[in-house]
Amino acid sequence: MITVKKLVKRFGLKTVLRGVDFEVQEGEFVALLGPNGAGKTTFLRILASLSRPSFGDVRVAGHRLPAEAAAVRSTLGVVTHLPLLYGDLTAEENLRFYGKMYGVFDLRNRINEILELVGLTSRRRDLVRTFSRGMQQRLAIGRAILPNPEVLLFDEPHTGLDQDACDMLDRLLREVAGQGRTVVMTSHDLARVEDLASRFDVLSRGIIAASTKRNELGKNNLLDFYRNSLVGRA
Amino acid sequence: MHLLEKKMKPQPISLKMLNVVSVLLFLAALGMVFLYAPLEVTMNYVQKIFYFHIATGWVGMLGFLAAAAAGVLYLVKHDQKWDIIELAAVEISLVFFFITIVAGSIWARPTWGAYWTWEPRLTTAAILEMVYIAYLLLRQGIDDSDRRARFSAVYTLIGAISVPITFMSIRLFRTIHPVVIGTNSSATTGSFDMTSKMLVTMFFALFTFSVIFVNLFWHRIRLGQLAEQVEELKLEELQ
Amino acid sequence: MSNIRLTARQKTSSRFFGAVGAIIWKDLAAELRSRELLSAMLVFALLVTLIFNFALDLDPGTRRVATPGILWATFAFAGTLGLNRSMAVEKDRGCLDGLLLAPVDRSAIYFGKTISNLAFMLIVEVVVLPVYSVLYNMNLFNTGLIVVILLGSIGYIAVGTLLSSMAVQTRTRDVLLPILLFPVVIPILIAAVKASSGFLQGLALTEVMPYINLLIVYDLIFIAAAYMVFDYVVEE
Repeated sequence: MITVKKLVKRFGLKTVLRGVDFEVQEGEFVALLGPNGAGKTTFLRILASLSRPSFGDVRVAGHRLPAEAAAVRSTLGVVTHLPLLYGDLTAEENLRFYGKMYGVFDLRNRINEILELVGLTSRRRDLVRTFSRGMQQRLAIGRAILPNPEVLLFDEPHTGLDQDACDMLDRLLREVAGQGRTVVMTSHDLARVEDLASRFDVLSRGIIAASTKRNELGKNNLLDFYRNSLVGRA
Repeated sequence: MHLLEKKMKPQPISLKMLNVVSVLLFLAALGMVFLYAPLEVTMNYVQKIFYFHIATGWVGMLGFLAAAAAGVLYLVKHDQKWDIIELAAVEISLVFFFITIVAGSIWARPTWGAYWTWEPRLTTAAILEMVYIAYLLLRQGIDDSDRRARFSAVYTLIGAISVPITFMSIRLFRTIHPVVIGTNSSATTGSFDMTSKMLVTMFFALFTFSVIFVNLFWHRIRLGQLAEQVEELKLEELQ
Repeated sequence: MSNIRLTARQKTSSRFFGAVGAIIWKDLAAELRSRELLSAMLVFALLVTLIFNFALDLDPGTRRVATPGILWATFAFAGTLGLNRSMAVEKDRGCLDGLLLAPVDRSAIYFGKTISNLAFMLIVEVVVLPVYSVLYNMNLFNTGLIVVILLGSIGYIAVGTLLSSMAVQTRTRDVLLPILLFPVVIPILIAAVKASSGFLQGLALTEVMPYINLLIVYDLIFIAAAYMVFDYVVEE
């Protein structure tokens, strides 16, 4: 579903990604881990077609980036730590806006479905400005899956959420991912991703330092795996 | 990466020679202006600033065109070197047009009784200076070099399209509503006939300043490359 | 895995106009609720008009001559306020990314924002004109004047939207927009003031046409130019 070969990304003179090789099969849920500044957000933005690769081959859902960026975009749903929602519009209006932007058919019913799924039906006519951060993130996920994308990209979606909100988010993530979508999620929170993802990759100093599947990893060994991958990079 | 492999070379021989040539030409031009060109009947020595006014204006125009071309080339090719060239062209053009404006003012005072007359070309030059300053302020407000180069190129293009239109607008403004400048004798309206010696001097001045332009341009580009190298070294240290 | 590909979507071409329409609707709906942008622009425009009154202290005859200039100066300043706010909304909550993620051509974003920015500017102008007429006892309800205001605003906003998209991504932000914009919209100011003046004084159409043509040419050239370079301003 996603194939990345020797991806290099430079910002002016600074090299952030130094030859990343990354592959995700359809239906996999990959957690992308790594310290701050490793380039996780940059990498995700490239996959999301928001940023161009400097060198390398990137393919998402069979389309090459950046040449076929428009085609890629219609297969994606993206959630970052910013909600990407308009505070002065209601939840419903936000969904309607994005629905129009993505050309979603049967929009009204779809919006009802989404609101149901993220548990915000009762607040549909309220301004997003009045939502708590947890609710905004849930609506953001709703926004992301509105056009029914095959690929989901999450950039540290748990940022700023309290325990309850995180639990709710996890339930939602499991449900959404469980529908056969391909998911790549970056995170700092090892405990959270341990239960969600089927595969763990570590991005360190601009390359994928290590990768392991869930069934290869015993319980509670994720932390060790993570630490070891980092120590290896001098 | 290509820039890392290339160490900053010292000035190549041709540049050193150009430095010398520029200075010599400038001295020669000064000589021609003050010694060779005849004294104009009505305006005397004041008229001599005219040569510098035209020559620097010409160079300013070259810089303007160079900047516009470099902007387009950057957007098309995404090569950082066009950004350095564009910045160099803008800076040099800025300075030269400034000299043009000042020289024009010095000429205007005894000729028309005022330092500034809102004449189309000078007014456009002044507006162009504002565009250049806006350009430099834009660059100052962006840290990411890729974004800075992209935005600068876009603004250069917008400026390059708008300034000629501005010139035509001011001309239109003036033809329909002509401004009365002093009396109507040819001397006071600032025009004068050029003898052949004056023409020769003027073309020599044009040539001289073109050479000076190329010389400064070359130096400025080298400076830009050096700055880029310093940035790289700094980043390497941090990483 | 089966239900994922079932959600049908519209063809790209109809999506373009749908997207433009959606952006305009979103901006107008959000503004209708908060009224932050319009109130700021209106109050500012009226204050500027007042300041001109005291700063220039003109007798009625001179005031007639100065009116087009005062009006356009007011519109130009209030306009930058609106442009800044409109883009800041997108930038602050990361919504610009949201727009860029949509599978539509970037120019849809440009046209959508331009049209809604134009709408806001026209609303302000529509309010300022009667107020000015009343305060200074002049009749400003002149078809020619309205055409000039429309044409001038189009050009101003066409360039302004492009430049504010840039300015909002820099450190200096709000301050930078007028500095970038004003030198470049001078042809509009010249033509608009002269044409407005011509219509208000009841000059023959032939005398005013050169300026109208200039406005039209400027508008066309810059809409085309902005459309072509907009990608470079929003894509990384």
